[in-house]
Amino acid sequence: MKAEKQYIDFYQEVRFRLTSRSPEEMNLQREEALRTFAAKGFPSRKVERYRYANVEADFAPNYGIQLAPLSGTLPSHCFRIADAEPRIRALYNKVADTADSIVALNTMLCVDTLVVHVPKATRVEHPIQISNVLKGEQDTMVCRRILVVMDEMAEADIIITDRAASGNRFLTNQVIEVVMEEGAHLSLYEVEETHLLCTRYSNVFVRQGKNSTLHHSNLTLFNGHTRNRLDVLMQGEGSEVTANGCVIADKMQHVDNNTLIEHLVPNCQSHELYKYVLDDSAVGAFAGKVLVHEGAQKTSSKETNANLLATRTARMYTQPMLEIYADDVQCSHGSTVGQMDETALFYMRQRGIDEKEARLLLKAAFITEVIENIPLESLRDRLHVLVDKRLRGELSKCEGCKLCK
Amino acid sequence: MEDKNKFVREVAEKKYEYGFTTDVQTDIIEKGLSEEVVRLISEKKQEPDWLLQFRLNAFRYWLTLEQPTWGHLKMPEIDYQAISYYADPTQKKQSTGDIDPELMKTFDKLGIPLEERMALAGTAVDAVMDSVSVKTTFREKLQEKGIIFCSISEAVREHPDLVREYLGSVVPYRDNFFAALNSAVFSDGSFVYIPKGVRCPMELSTYFRINARGTGQFERTLIVCDDDAYVSYLEGCTAPMRDENQLHAAIVEIVVKERAEVKYSTVQNWYPGDSEGKGGVLNLVTKRGHLRGANSRLSWTQVETGSAITWKYPSCVLSGDGSQAEFYSVAVTNNYQQADTGTKMIHIGKNTKSTIISKGISAGKSQNAYRGLVKVASTADGARNYSSCDSLLLGSQCGAHTFPYMDVHNETAVVEHEATTSKISEDQLFYLNQRGIDTEEAVSLIVNGYAKEVINKLPMEFAVEAQKLLGVSLEGSVG
Repeated sequence: MKAEKQYIDFYQEVRFRLTSRSPEEMNLQREEALRTFAAKGFPSRKVERYRYANVEADFAPNYGIQLAPLSGTLPSHCFRIADAEPRIRALYNKVADTADSIVALNTMLCVDTLVVHVPKATRVEHPIQISNVLKGEQDTMVCRRILVVMDEMAEADIIITDRAASGNRFLTNQVIEVVMEEGAHLSLYEVEETHLLCTRYSNVFVRQGKNSTLHHSNLTLFNGHTRNRLDVLMQGEGSEVTANGCVIADKMQHVDNNTLIEHLVPNCQSHELYKYVLDDSAVGAFAGKVLVHEGAQKTSSKETNANLLATRTARMYTQPMLEIYADDVQCSHGSTVGQMDETALFYMRQRGIDEKEARLLLKAAFITEVIENIPLESLRDRLHVLVDKRLRGELSKCEGCKLCK
Repeated sequence: MEDKNKFVREVAEKKYEYGFTTDVQTDIIEKGLSEEVVRLISEKKQEPDWLLQFRLNAFRYWLTLEQPTWGHLKMPEIDYQAISYYADPTQKKQSTGDIDPELMKTFDKLGIPLEERMALAGTAVDAVMDSVSVKTTFREKLQEKGIIFCSISEAVREHPDLVREYLGSVVPYRDNFFAALNSAVFSDGSFVYIPKGVRCPMELSTYFRINARGTGQFERTLIVCDDDAYVSYLEGCTAPMRDENQLHAAIVEIVVKERAEVKYSTVQNWYPGDSEGKGGVLNLVTKRGHLRGANSRLSWTQVETGSAITWKYPSCVLSGDGSQAEFYSVAVTNNYQQADTGTKMIHIGKNTKSTIISKGISAGKSQNAYRGLVKVASTADGARNYSSCDSLLLGSQCGAHTFPYMDVHNETAVVEHEATTSKISEDQLFYLNQRGIDTEEAVSLIVNGYAKEVINKLPMEFAVEAQKLLGVSLEGSVG
């Protein structure tokens, strides 16, 4: 309980400072979250969904905790939670899994919430980019909270990037809640390029209404320890979800993607594609569950996880699961772990491409399938460049965008 | 055609045809589990001290454990003190060496030939009722080749060195809750030893039957196949219809040495409970094979149609370089049956290969889960695994689930897994209907076709039985 204690103590200490800076909707949830967190503590590996994460070790170091609310001017459709409509504010902490202690910790300690609200039948032309830059003199923990509300027929692209501008340790605990009303379209991209000392716990919870479409891509290009959780609840008929992910990891990196897609009603579709390239002593984990509830007939679901291991010390754990309580469904999953095709390598070498370059090409081609699935062209082009750089080992530090300069 | 339909209907209407009980004088010990009971069982079987110590160690370890709950199962609570751990139906006549005619009749009814003249060519049988092996046939003939096939109690007396060397070497008593329980109270089961270079000339078979009320069956099977030897082993099981749950917690251990080959086939038809989900056998079994020698082979084939709850994972530890393991399974659940079954393939040796083919069929209100682990250790260069698990759903209230785990620690390994879940295709049904085959028969045809890949792996007599069972188990689930 030692790791938990420092967070509980810290909360008791700053409780007043927290509540004075946050709106009532957030404050009302804190005590309940504290009780959940204190009762459950950090989940051990015996908890099925945390089988591949070492939560306690990740949260054990003594971090300074950021308690500053959002500041500056926000672009259109983005608000601080205090400035959002009451109806929107009321959705805070309604979609997330409140019984989960990582979420509870976030609810306890988070100061402000960024709200993205796209009103009815509105199409946001340019992608909304939320750029998180980790920077500080000392080791820092960040509790980040985003609430996305897509009204009927609303359409938007959101890109969330994680970067680190200084070399110290960072721990991010992020909770994103998404509510999609009838006919809404949302593409949500997450790109992580931090460094080996960064730990990231991301929890994305989505509730989908009738005929809504969600595209979620999670690209882990560089990191330390990362755990991405994605829970999608398909509540409206005819909704569709595409969940994509790619991971490029080497050294001692650790990436764990954990997804749960629940089909509650008939005629919904889900597609999942996750690809991993693991080098050196990297550890990858993928656990994806598709849960088709009773009565969710005519469900179509496809789950694919493909992995490339480049060394003996790299490890991959994969666990594609189906839990089905309806009979008129088409569900499939496939998962592979393997290495590069020797014949393809030979073919390239025969044509004068040296071995290193040939291996690189094959890895890039392997990842390309995920990137090609991304509907946003500009991001796709950028990612091709980033992946190529990453594989060449040139992406070991923050590129230095205008924000850090 | 008319006759054939009649036959199918008859088979379907028979429901559970092995549900009778035998009125035979049975020596049952008091209910409950304690160190005294463990000592009593050991005493009744006149066991040497080392075995008693093994049992006691297991029992003391079991006391420290709690029953696991991670299965995708709704388990009725098991009161371990309400079960009698030893029931011996042969007690009365043992002095004369003859089998009680009532017992004989039971096995006749089940179609198990205890008389050697009646035996199907090429099958030697060890029949186990409740806690005791009733008879093992063809022993002399097998002895000529040096093959040992007898009940494990006899083996303890006659071949103590062999038993002591291998017992608990594949499934140690500390393995899991039910393995510890079995190690403490196991009663009978078969022991097979195939010496170096011997091909067992006939199929060996064990038939398990629970008869007495309020008892559990805790058998233990140990198969040792020495270098270059071969054996094919069959296992069948039935139990009477009772409205209480009966516990069956067995252990099967298989040791496969260099270049040896073992085929283990199971047709499991324990009483599944009635259509309301009352009663039935709780089948909680630990089965594991250890492929110790290079280029050894082991194949598990199982057809699971019975039991209220089936919770088992016949597994293979592939330590020998170049060893190969296979797992073929058909699991059928109907009414309120629950199954959480699959396999574990643990690759340790170089160039080891494993194949998993699992077919689940769920109907009624049943839940059917495949759970499997493929683990490739960092030493297993060139390991190869292919897994395929399909589920077929017949009915809107049943569930089919897949929980595969793959842990790969070696870059030269190739591991593939695929799974599909769907209902019977309308096109196929329509095609068969169009050709004058009614829906029930069409479903049975499609199901049999779906399961063929596994059933083909069974020895002939078993395959026929398995096909019949598939039909019976799914009775009433169509339309």
